[in-house]
Amino acid sequence: MTAMTATRVTDGVWRRLRRRPLALIGMALVATIVLAALLAPWIAPYDPFEQHFDGLTLYGEPLPPGGAFLLGTDLLGRDLFSRLLYGARTSLIIGVVANGAALLIGTVIGLTAGFFQGWIGTVLMRFTDLMMAFPALLLAICLAAVLQPSLWIVAFVIAMVNWVQTARVIYTETTALAARDFIAAQRTLGAGTGRILFRHILPHLVPMIIVWGTLGISTTVLLEATLSYLGVGVQPPMPSWGNIIFENQTYFQSAPWLVFWPGLAIVVLALAFNLVGDALRDVLDPALRGSD
Amino acid sequence: MKKLLASTALIASLSLPAMAQETLDPNATPGGNITVTYKDDVATLDPAIGYDWQNWSMIKSLFDGLMDYEPGTTTLRPGLAESYEVSEDGLTFTFALRPGVVFHNGREMTAEDVKYSLDRVTLPETASPGAGFFAAIAGYDAMASGEATTLEGVTVVDPLTVQITLSRPDATFLHVMALNFASVVPQEAVEEAAGDFGRMPVGTGAFKLADWTVGQSLLFEKNADYWRAGLPYLDTVTFEVGQEPIVALLRLQNGEVDVPGDGIPPAKFQEVMADPEQAARVVEGGQLQTGYITLNVTAAPFDQVEVRQAVNMAINKDRIVQLINGRAVPANQPLPPSMPGYTADYDGYAYDVEAAKALLAEAGLADGFETELYVMNTDPNPRIAQAIQQDLAAIGVTASIQSLAQANVIEAGGAGTAPMIWSGGMAWIADFPDPSNFFGPILGCAGAEEGGWNWSKFCNAEIDAAATAADSMIDPATPERLAMWSDVYMKVMEEAPWVPVFNEQRYTMKSARMGGDDALYVDPVSIPVNYDYVYVTE
Amino acid sequence: MAAYLIRRLFQSALILLGVSFITFLLLYVLPADPVRQIAGRSATPQNIASIRAQLGLDQPFFVQYGRYLWALLQGDMGRSYLQRTDVASLIWARLPASLLLMVAGIGAELVIGLTMGVVAALWRGRTIDNGLMMTSFVTVSAPQFVVALLLLYVFAVQLGWFPIGGYGTPAHLVLPALTLGILGSGWYARMMRSSMVEVLRADFVRTARAKGLTRGRVILRHALPNAILPVIAMIGIDIGIFMGGIVVVESVFGWPGIGQLAWQAIQRVDIPIIMGVTLVSACAIVIGNLLADLVAPLIDPRIRIR
Repeated sequence: MTAMTATRVTDGVWRRLRRRPLALIGMALVATIVLAALLAPWIAPYDPFEQHFDGLTLYGEPLPPGGAFLLGTDLLGRDLFSRLLYGARTSLIIGVVANGAALLIGTVIGLTAGFFQGWIGTVLMRFTDLMMAFPALLLAICLAAVLQPSLWIVAFVIAMVNWVQTARVIYTETTALAARDFIAAQRTLGAGTGRILFRHILPHLVPMIIVWGTLGISTTVLLEATLSYLGVGVQPPMPSWGNIIFENQTYFQSAPWLVFWPGLAIVVLALAFNLVGDALRDVLDPALRGSD
Repeated sequence: MKKLLASTALIASLSLPAMAQETLDPNATPGGNITVTYKDDVATLDPAIGYDWQNWSMIKSLFDGLMDYEPGTTTLRPGLAESYEVSEDGLTFTFALRPGVVFHNGREMTAEDVKYSLDRVTLPETASPGAGFFAAIAGYDAMASGEATTLEGVTVVDPLTVQITLSRPDATFLHVMALNFASVVPQEAVEEAAGDFGRMPVGTGAFKLADWTVGQSLLFEKNADYWRAGLPYLDTVTFEVGQEPIVALLRLQNGEVDVPGDGIPPAKFQEVMADPEQAARVVEGGQLQTGYITLNVTAAPFDQVEVRQAVNMAINKDRIVQLINGRAVPANQPLPPSMPGYTADYDGYAYDVEAAKALLAEAGLADGFETELYVMNTDPNPRIAQAIQQDLAAIGVTASIQSLAQANVIEAGGAGTAPMIWSGGMAWIADFPDPSNFFGPILGCAGAEEGGWNWSKFCNAEIDAAATAADSMIDPATPERLAMWSDVYMKVMEEAPWVPVFNEQRYTMKSARMGGDDALYVDPVSIPVNYDYVYVTE
Repeated sequence: MAAYLIRRLFQSALILLGVSFITFLLLYVLPADPVRQIAGRSATPQNIASIRAQLGLDQPFFVQYGRYLWALLQGDMGRSYLQRTDVASLIWARLPASLLLMVAGIGAELVIGLTMGVVAALWRGRTIDNGLMMTSFVTVSAPQFVVALLLLYVFAVQLGWFPIGGYGTPAHLVLPALTLGILGSGWYARMMRSSMVEVLRADFVRTARAKGLTRGRVILRHALPNAILPVIAMIGIDIGIFMGGIVVVESVFGWPGIGQLAWQAIQRVDIPIIMGVTLVSACAIVIGNLLADLVAPLIDPRIRIR
């Protein structure tokens, strides 16, 4: 019976989602980026690592967009478009996987601490405070030295560093919700903890989680670049969107395309997930059905 | 039995009149203030400790040593010493001090101060990064081990005469006496500062520290009693720290800054050079620096000389120079071209991919191998590393890049865990213009120990012996000695523990109102600018 | 309340102890030798050994940590390895600038972000809402360095309205604070919008409207105070983000804060400075979070301090 209900709910979700043009655009964008990352070897016009002999001027300047190189070349004479396509792989993993893991950990800890309070809440939140007060970059440098840097290590470090903020926000929000009259009413009605948590508290947290999740995509993608710089991230010549921006940011006046295109890619990625997230929230939220 | 040493360079310096008569620039107008910027904060102004890009020339302007250089050149001249004599065996140096030189606190400088200063810099408690330079002075070892508190080899003959005895001949000793580390400091000021002498420096130099706002700016004020008559020209110099080079350049273009201490940032270089008015204010100068790749000779596969030679042939140095906008010249040996002892007729390993592959095959590595290339993480070094990586790929060598903070690269190099290191950002810049300075710590056996700066871990007893022999000659500038050094570096190149890649050229810029010889803005010793001799024209 | 405060302060002290221990441990295992940095390139093994012994770096970990902690309790943060001076004096000289920039930067974030968020929530679904939310994504994704330099270039170099970097007058503060404000506003804008939309739908707001209160009054008196709650928690978090990410803005604008001090210290393993800056910023973060927890019930009385 439960299974049947679940199927019916999902059916409804998909049907309602289909009717939202913004959600469809969002999904199309996400699909495009994922496809671009997967099909990079076939779409990319050049090898993303090849430093073209004719990719630089005589004075070592990168070439502007147009001509043989669609989006221009970088400071080593490599094709920017090809590097962006390959960079999508790194940035998707960081922005979606690492960020998603951070969101999950943060939500579970913040929710548990905020709902149960007591010693569990105290221990969890003081641990969160400790992690927050701790210099994350230092931890990253040490990890870099001890572990063999790889993309998954970076994802792990980012998740470890980023859950803290989500936990704090969710905690405050949960504390406020738990104190509201309707929750107290549910308790007196004899609703179980699980039911209150999942039916009454979590839905109210969803908007906040979506905000953190989608904005977190941009910041984690940029954080990956900082970690690369410290030697923990993906090492050159492997491209990532954050890396490309970092390598070239001082040249934003003389070669703006090197900052603009990867920057645009990050914005589009975050925006696409936000469109989907917003639509999902509206569709899933019982209070909103029919309105808006 | 002492005899005046006769060598060309030294005669030139001794022929100066006894009084501190400067040949003043006839166009110079005294007065005015200039503003100089640096990105990194000034850690200390203590001459026994300061060893950074930004404080090296500041300390030179606050303090003096017994020896000095002609401004804008690498020619030695007497400083606080008016003249000196060297014994025939080259072991005893007798310096006659200039009378009437006063410290910024008003007290007259004497031979006691010279002795105190040398004791201080070699005392282990001082933990001076320059202590090792004085190893030739008799009694150094006792100081270093803590058995003595004063250098046995330094004696005060009378208030204006100091005698320094060496335990072994050291051709570079006069250069050592011109290093910042050998600056003369007043004991009472050091003691008064109670450990903070680096914040309250007192010297005999052309400028004195007037104000220091930590993390923001320093103000140097003209020393009106400076012993070189007529100098300095400027009334004050303002140093602003903590500013990005690119912002410093914007401020220069806006007329707020006179000299950007960190030079022209790569992102702005083409823009500046494309504008004739700005390009005219750019000063270019050689630098006693070499950028190189170290190959760890103690571990496979770089323990085979063929492999090291193959890597030497695989690197396209012209392209690397192009990447840094042509601000360097390709190198083929450890010494930079402006260093005495440079071998001009040496061709080095030419860029030849096929020959490199053949050599690898000879070493039994026809299919190439995998290795790691360590690099410091500041631009342009990771870019250069990627260019090297591509060149190596062309001969079948797969090098993965480890781009790390400076301290981590130095650690990996010292521990011998890094197969290859691109030296950029940590490269050797000569402490003084003598060929020996490029050998001991970075190519000799002494530096090859655990933690040393010889990251190739290259240690060849025969070459080391030749180097020691060359340094035992008394006169640093004799052709025989320079020939010996040239020979040493040629033998090093046969063994190929390094790939010398380029010699960086320094490009700096100045505001339109700055006067003085261009050489002062790329001074090879008072790096980066010789503040004592520059002036403003308005 | 007093008991709660005392308990929290005690817990805060434990957190700081934990931070100091972990940081010290990480620096201890870090494969970079501070003695190498002090001793210079030409140092002999003897020089190295003597410096190591002088600094006590040849001692076992717990002896080193114990000594550090003992000195710290007596108010001594140690001496910088490379600057050869008191760490406390270096930090105190730079802390006011950092705190000023932090307050101004968070203020700018709040003003820009909350305004954007409230406007977007009130006109939900309209063009202005979409435009503002788009903007929030762009600001969050923009690299600090580029935004800072762009503002500097336009407003200081081209228009000449503000000085090109530096410290001292209110005019110097505008551009760095604005940079931080723009970069961080996206978070506040989206949080505020989301929270405001939730609150506007809530029963008590509807009730208030039904009671005949004006829209403006309902928004100001009822909706805003409730919506702002998660944003308060955000300020506590923001302090942490600020302390970590202020370096770039400081160096572009030549702002003499502790970010630059920390950055140079990390590059050259100046352990006493790294420890000092870490502890000072940890203090700021812990205090910020404590304040956030204390302020929350004042805004929403239903949250009780336990």
